Amino acid sequence: MAVFPPKERIWWNEPIERVELIWIGVAFLWGLFMFGFMITWHFIGQQNLNKEAYRIAPSVYETKVEEFAKKYQVREEQGVPVVKPPAGADVYILGRLWQWWPVLELEKGTSYRIHLSTIDWMHGFSLQPVNINISAYPGYEHVFTLTPTESGEFGIVCNEFCGIGHHTMTGKIYVKDQKQAEVNQRLVAER
Amino acid sequence: MTAETVIGAVGKQAEFRTCQYTGLKVDVAAQTLIKANAVAAVVFLLIGGLLGLSVALTRWPAVHLLPAEWFYLALTGHGANVLLFWIIFFEIAVLYFASAVLLNCRIAAPKFAWLGFILMIVGALLTNYAVLQGDSSVMFTSYPPMQAAPNFYLGLILFAVGALIGCVIFFATLVIAKEERTYEGSVPLVTFGAITAAIIAVFTIASGAVILIPTWLWSLGLISNIDPLMYKLVWWAMGHSTQQINVSAHVSIWYLTAALLLGAKPLSEKVSRTAFFMYILFLQLASAHHLLAEPGLDSSWKIVNTSYMMYLAVLGSMVHGLTVPGAIEAAQRKNGYTKGVFEWLRKAPWGNPAFSGMFLSLVMFGFIGGISGVVLGTEQLNVLMHNTLYVPGHFHGTVVTGTTLAFMGGTYLVLPLIFQREIIWPKLAKLQPYLFGIGAAGISLFMMGAGTLGVPRRHWDITFSDAPIAFAHSAGAFLMMGLNGISAILAALGGAIYVIVVVGTVLFGKKIVGGHKLTFPLHSGGGAAVSHYGSEGAVKLPGTIILITIFFVSFVLYYFINWKYLSELWLFH
Ligand code: HEM
Ligand SMILES: [Cu+2]
Ligand SMILES: [Cu+2]
Repeated sequence: MAVFPPKERIWWNEPIERVELIWIGVAFLWGLFMFGFMITWHFIGQQNLNKEAYRIAPSVYETKVEEFAKKYQVREEQGVPVVKPPAGADVYILGRLWQWWPVLELEKGTSYRIHLSTIDWMHGFSLQPVNINISAYPGYEHVFTLTPTESGEFGIVCNEFCGIGHHTMTGKIYVKDQKQAEVNQRLVAER
Repeated sequence: MTAETVIGAVGKQAEFRTCQYTGLKVDVAAQTLIKANAVAAVVFLLIGGLLGLSVALTRWPAVHLLPAEWFYLALTGHGANVLLFWIIFFEIAVLYFASAVLLNCRIAAPKFAWLGFILMIVGALLTNYAVLQGDSSVMFTSYPPMQAAPNFYLGLILFAVGALIGCVIFFATLVIAKEERTYEGSVPLVTFGAITAAIIAVFTIASGAVILIPTWLWSLGLISNIDPLMYKLVWWAMGHSTQQINVSAHVSIWYLTAALLLGAKPLSEKVSRTAFFMYILFLQLASAHHLLAEPGLDSSWKIVNTSYMMYLAVLGSMVHGLTVPGAIEAAQRKNGYTKGVFEWLRKAPWGNPAFSGMFLSLVMFGFIGGISGVVLGTEQLNVLMHNTLYVPGHFHGTVVTGTTLAFMGGTYLVLPLIFQREIIWPKLAKLQPYLFGIGAAGISLFMMGAGTLGVPRRHWDITFSDAPIAFAHSAGAFLMMGLNGISAILAALGGAIYVIVVVGTVLFGKKIVGGHKLTFPLHSGGGAAVSHYGSEGAVKLPGTIILITIFFVSFVLYYFINWKYLSELWLFH
């Protein structure tokens, strides 16, 4: 045991080391920078999640999605309608045990207002292999604008545990190329 | 009013022994409680670890061990047993140690402390029972509207009440120590860290009660509806703040180990304590970073909260990241290792599992858990990895390579000092932190890798063989899952050795008597270094400055790489 009581009786009178002071300064500024960068990205970035959302009864949402699917259905795949909405249209996606419904066909470089909700449990909208991941809740209709920047076939998987069929819950989005010039024009306008 | 009248225990009845290595006066009642909590912790680590291994082997596509139902059951059990039961039992032991033992004080109301212990045991068993029955595979987060059996929630509530009693005993012991003047000046730094942990724990348990009690009533049919978004907000006010308890506790253990083994004192008390204090000030905001991908929440709310008010809690951890190695370097230089920039580190007691566990925990918590946590918690970057395997990857970096490894290291101090048994099989013990550390680092990094490639968390089958609409992940993702499986085997092996050494030592280790020389010796002035306060005083720390610079550069690079990834995504707003 120490024989002498500590020199300073009160710790907040203890001195601070120089190297500590410098590091605190650096770390604090870095924190401030990271904080500022999130705000900045709202102005310079193209990837910001919208906060627009509405309370909605699951059954009402289900009806809306069904009407949407009926209106723009172009064909069927594995019993699921494939829906091709016109550019700029409102697009509805529904999560339920255990599928993402319906299958969508979108155009590259075109913006859509996506509506996302579920009618039973929470599900995780995970667009692959793009890797855009958004939580979907029953009772909340989330609305955001989405612009595909590449064409091809994309999967939607569920990444919120939703019971025993969770790993069978998938969906699909086709993205078709349009004429390149048109796309570029639209992308420029977007930015 | 004295502590006597408030708490009602009689001081004279307490029985003490004096530790021959540290000179501390140890209350025998406190010692028994520490033993009980530590043993319980290890038992739940064993159960949870086995479940974790089975989960990892199932997620290895080439092995795919468990059927789906068992997989989700095992995953629920894994989360609850390791994250809640192992860690919190160990933390209660740390609290009793940091109060009664470090302050030379008797523990307040030991009978009441035993009541807390029993409640925790009953709660943990009840929850495990509910999980094993199979109708509670809801994951330990139990998001409604998915519902578990009532006993699942009831067990968690009982466990929390027991843990709350542990915190009350801790604070009461501090009061007694102050009144009976069992220490001089301010409480030592390790105790200060423990106070931080306990204050956060009380806040946490209150949030837990606010959300779990109604959920329990809902599972009994007494409440008709729980809003899932509200639940998630309050649940994570508990769930994430609990992680701040873990950080406070394991940082305390870092300081404790450095003090006992090397005689290290904090560089300056004010800085280290203020860093702990940051955790208390900003933890309430932590819930937000679980809600970055949720509908309807305002960006400014998200930004302020997810950054814990401009990263001030992160600042706390970054400060410890300097002051802990700095304190070690300063002490080692005093111990005579002054050659060059890194002799202090090369000649550190790497063969002592208490030291290697502590130092690996320090490095990996910062590099793996810390950096990935900030990236994951950045408002826009979150969309890249929300709910993917990146998330478990990140928190195995914090809670496994950080907290669990620090606790394992700490155990190699508790065994000789509190159980008073010599560690059996020292060669195995030496190897253990490395084996577990490498395995745990592997599971963290490979899960993060898989998550970056989009692999979902809590998912039985990434080939989607039963899905009506086909999808398959890339070959890279499969490779990551295989490497994750191999790392899991290493980690499980390291974990198994830990359990064997602890159980073997407790049951069969040589009893330590007066004059015994420890296999893994302490620093001669270590007892005084932990149980008193006072700063190290001006020293040069070239090695630490280099280490912290490497850390900072990695942090900045990784941060911007992720913004680059983000900028390549589809556009959304
Ligand atoms: C042998 C050591 C361990 C192995 C092999 C292991 C492996 C895993 C794996 C593969 C997952 C599943 C990820 C998923 O599918 O979503 C997981 C989840 C998890 N692990 Fe571990 N782990 C180990 C130790 C630990 C420890 C010591 C802790 C805590 C202190 C821990 C806490 C968790 C938690 C909280 C989850 C999340 C459970 C959930 O999603 O509900 N693990 N672990
Ligand atoms: Cu789902
Ligand atoms: Cu799911």
